[in-house]
Amino acid sequence: MSGHESSYTPTNAFTRWLDTRLPIIRFAQDTAINFPTPKNLNYWYTFGGILAVCLATQIITGVILAMHYEASVDGAFASVERIMRDVPYGWLLRYIHANGASMFFLAVYIHMFRGLYYGSYKAPREVLWILGCVIYLLMMATAFLGYMLPWGQMSYHGSNVITGLFGAIPLVGESIQTWLMGGPSIGNQTLQRFFSLHYLLPFMIAAVVILHIWALHVPGNNNPTGVEVQDVEKETVPFHPYYTVKDAFAIVIFLIMFAVFVFYAPNVLGHADNYVEANPLVTPSHIVPEWYLLPFYAILRAITFDLGPIPAKLLGVIFMFAAIAVLFLLPWLDTSKVKSMRYRPVAKQFFFGFVAVCLLLGWCGAANPDDAVIPALQGESKLVVSYTENDVEVTSEYRGGGEAYHDAKSFMETLPADANPSLSAVPAPTFQFRHLSLILTFCYFGYFVILFFIGLTEKPKEVPESIHKSVLKRHKASTATAIPAE
Amino acid sequence: MTDQTSLEHGGAVDEDRRNFIHIATGAAAFGGAAMFAWVAVDQWNPAADTKAASALDVDISKIPLGSEIRVLIGGKPFFVRHRTPAEIAMAESVNVASLRDPQTDDERLHPMQNGELNRAILITSGSCTHLGCVPVGPAQGNTGDFGGWYCPCHGSHYDTSGRIRKGPAPRNLPVPNYRYVSDTVVNISL
Repeated sequence: MSGHESSYTPTNAFTRWLDTRLPIIRFAQDTAINFPTPKNLNYWYTFGGILAVCLATQIITGVILAMHYEASVDGAFASVERIMRDVPYGWLLRYIHANGASMFFLAVYIHMFRGLYYGSYKAPREVLWILGCVIYLLMMATAFLGYMLPWGQMSYHGSNVITGLFGAIPLVGESIQTWLMGGPSIGNQTLQRFFSLHYLLPFMIAAVVILHIWALHVPGNNNPTGVEVQDVEKETVPFHPYYTVKDAFAIVIFLIMFAVFVFYAPNVLGHADNYVEANPLVTPSHIVPEWYLLPFYAILRAITFDLGPIPAKLLGVIFMFAAIAVLFLLPWLDTSKVKSMRYRPVAKQFFFGFVAVCLLLGWCGAANPDDAVIPALQGESKLVVSYTENDVEVTSEYRGGGEAYHDAKSFMETLPADANPSLSAVPAPTFQFRHLSLILTFCYFGYFVILFFIGLTEKPKEVPESIHKSVLKRHKASTATAIPAE
Repeated sequence: MTDQTSLEHGGAVDEDRRNFIHIATGAAAFGGAAMFAWVAVDQWNPAADTKAASALDVDISKIPLGSEIRVLIGGKPFFVRHRTPAEIAMAESVNVASLRDPQTDDERLHPMQNGELNRAILITSGSCTHLGCVPVGPAQGNTGDFGGWYCPCHGSHYDTSGRIRKGPAPRNLPVPNYRYVSDTVVNISL
């Protein structure tokens, strides 16, 4: 709605003087006070405001933490512990910053699913959506860089895995990996550059947020009906006080939940291994990223087969990056003319399926890929004795608890010395997390393919003529049902 | 405005002079940006002192039989394993053609000064070729399905020659550049 007429009139001599030199009050009035906003926005639309608060929180606490943090392999871990123990309220600032990252991602995921559900990525808001994807990408980079700074076990080995991803890219991969690490391995030089970039990226996010809001203010907000505003008088309300108050209320509720994490469960979203100082010689038994990156981690690990000349490792990396890249293409993948899923009975089912797939991928990302999805269904392990007989490798299998072990052992003793027998427990074949991850990976990409075809064939429900009509109809329906209750 | 300006100058605009200034300024700006970009990119590369710390002499005489030591060179882990005769036999008896990254055990050893192979000592990189985790080995009580190493991150199994046998890793644990300085000391370099 940037086309709307400016309704600002300077009221005194100073504002009149300023308005002809720097019309900043006019700009604020037009974008944040009088900006015409559809009158039917629900609470899912408050997450933009919540995200602005999250970004501000991260920048403010981050700048303060940087005053006490030491970016060196010898000092980083100790300086974080010093922040926790000795710096006045350091524990609070660090817990806000660490949990703030999780809250930021929680809010951004809801914001993105909101956009997916109401078709906010469709014309004329493609650039708005793409800028949002850029912000999301920058957020992931910032979170990854920041997670390394405490120099704990997860920090170190997690970074090792992620920088290793770049090494999988053919031709240029190893150079990129060396550039990132600044040496043959992750060391002091890596920590210093990661700290520098972790400080830089939030300001780049802030810059893209400004573009994001600019791109929002050109076509104006989408709304739950997905029908564009036709009559500004009837169908919009000024942003202030209607949405400033609605957003503020939602922000307060969100901050209460945020505070519950900070004060009552500050480490529940983190990983205990990161309170152990980094040791390059010992990899934690189970490396996992922070929860908000788990779905992508699951996709990375789901691919364990080569495809033609592409090795499994590179294929996993390709799929992981494609999972994000596909979001950028979404405005052109969804062929339906109807924006809101409210009026798309078939696509709506797939949307909720997609949400479930994303959550399940997160579950897979947290699990050990070799573990059984349903342990109760897994049969008993068998013991396998392998040995050589006449230069040929032979195996002999034993089943059934402790007796099998004794049988296997006594069998091994009967073998001649040159047979080199070895004993191993082989778990019974079962449905493992790696299988589930692979299925879910195909479902994830399948959603975008399906959107393309559903858009061509689906018969949408009747879309309301206008926002105004839709609101009136809802109002009538609610009063009609309210009468018998009286 | 433009019309007026050109009139003030008598209507005669020297296009060549303008083009020269545009091209010269553009070339200087582009050249400067390109040269600075070189600096900005090259500073990401390893510094001279980082590169210098890239070789180490390792005493192999005190490694217990059937176990290993782990050394860090330039921040990278390396395994030096003292293999039992059974482990050597396992490494040699494998059908090489069936391997994902076919290599015989002998190809993965460097000769001592007298030209013979010291089969008891296996020296490999300690980063899993999948995503760089450090596999666990005999000292951690898990040697995987093939008696060598097991990477707990994504489940790669290596045999007693450090060759990939099962799991997502594409290649064998690389053998670093190393040479026997004496019968009991090897010099490992990146």
